[in-house]
Amino acid sequence: MSMISYPFGYTRAKSLAEAQALLAKTPEAKLLAGGQTLIPTMKMRLAQPSQLIDISGLKELSFIRVSGDAVVIGAATRHFEVMNSADVKRAIPALADLAGGIGDPAVRHVGTLGGSVANNDPAADYPAAVLGLNATVKTTKRTIAADDFFTGMFETALQDGEIVTEISFPAAERSAYAKFRNPASRYAMAGVFVAKTKNGVRVAVTGAAPCVYRETQMEKALTAKFSPDALADIEVSPDGMNSDIHGSAEYRANLVTVMAKRAVAAALNG
Amino acid sequence: MTTVSMTVNGKAVSENVEDRTLLVYFLREQLRLTGTHIGCDTSQCGSCVVHVNGRAVKSCTMFVGQVEGADITTIEGLAKDGKLHPVQEAFRENHGLQCGFCTPGMIMTAVDMIRRKPELDRDTIRHELEGNICRCTGYHNIVSAIEDAANKMRGGKEKAA
Ligand code: FES
Ligand code: FES
Repeated sequence: MSMISYPFGYTRAKSLAEAQALLAKTPEAKLLAGGQTLIPTMKMRLAQPSQLIDISGLKELSFIRVSGDAVVIGAATRHFEVMNSADVKRAIPALADLAGGIGDPAVRHVGTLGGSVANNDPAADYPAAVLGLNATVKTTKRTIAADDFFTGMFETALQDGEIVTEISFPAAERSAYAKFRNPASRYAMAGVFVAKTKNGVRVAVTGAAPCVYRETQMEKALTAKFSPDALADIEVSPDGMNSDIHGSAEYRANLVTVMAKRAVAAALNG
Repeated sequence: MTTVSMTVNGKAVSENVEDRTLLVYFLREQLRLTGTHIGCDTSQCGSCVVHVNGRAVKSCTMFVGQVEGADITTIEGLAKDGKLHPVQEAFRENHGLQCGFCTPGMIMTAVDMIRRKPELDRDTIRHELEGNICRCTGYHNIVSAIEDAANKMRGGKEKAA
């Protein structure tokens, strides 16, 4: 009786310190940070942790705070809180928008920022914002720059026993996120986060390739001229893009351009 | 086995569960509250939606341990003193169900939606139903039912004020 076809242990951590101690004692344990990706993955047995440590209820990791021109969000903050936060909407409206487009209302009530980022699902939305805004990931051990954090499909720079505690998103002059959803699963087949800052433009792509990445030719063109037609002559290479029954690599490469143009147009209007 | 305690439809419950138990199975098989349905194993259909501390969640995508101490409402907890909730009433009046399989999840989603957004238009309702699938494809009347319920509940509040 359970629908998860194998037994495992579940412990709810009462504090970050307790979560760290539990993790040190049971290195094979996996953190449960909301579970909106992990639980479906466990149902399909694509993940089979023998022990779960639930950190989704940690109040000390659930906050949104403005610090200088950055918004700092605790790892256990729900997507629902981010989409509705007046601080996020004021400082980085694109981030509130992105959070409001994750999954559906019931998923947004439970899923967390830290869970999404630590899991680094190739089709997750948050990694695009982290990389696009050049955010900094703070953990129980150190701070990690976005460019160093996402290392591959479902892979990050996180080490064993390391827990994401908060992410600091610097505000951009303009930014926007545009995604094309798979009509059935509703996951991003391509999602592009564009951010214009005083240090230039960053373009982060999720959904199209095995891992979120930066489209550097677009960044160069948009830094020179921040307009959708600056992308007219850029050919995104399909090499290494995902290819499956939902769309070929060429199709996804084209979607990246289309979504990038939409994101730039939205950033200009926002 | 672990003991979990929570409030379900206003009643305190305390039960022994296996750690791997999903909330939906706990409700259906241990508490015999079978109004909450299971329509998929991919978190997509929404037939399992219940409220945890007043917010709609997919009970197939939570372990029962995650709701320790929480206040849970299921479809069985909506009617009060033998009187249907206004959203239930509106589903009946607007023919918002065909086979009825998706209905408990639709109604729990609608109650949460109206609480968050009392001013609902049809577009917003369709958007908010992103995570609920009706296999009978009866969306048109589901949207009408939610719109009707929202209007009536708003009217009720204005009169009461
Ligand atoms: S049974 Fe929960 S979403 Fe389908
Ligand atoms: S009424 Fe049959 S699934 Fe919706």
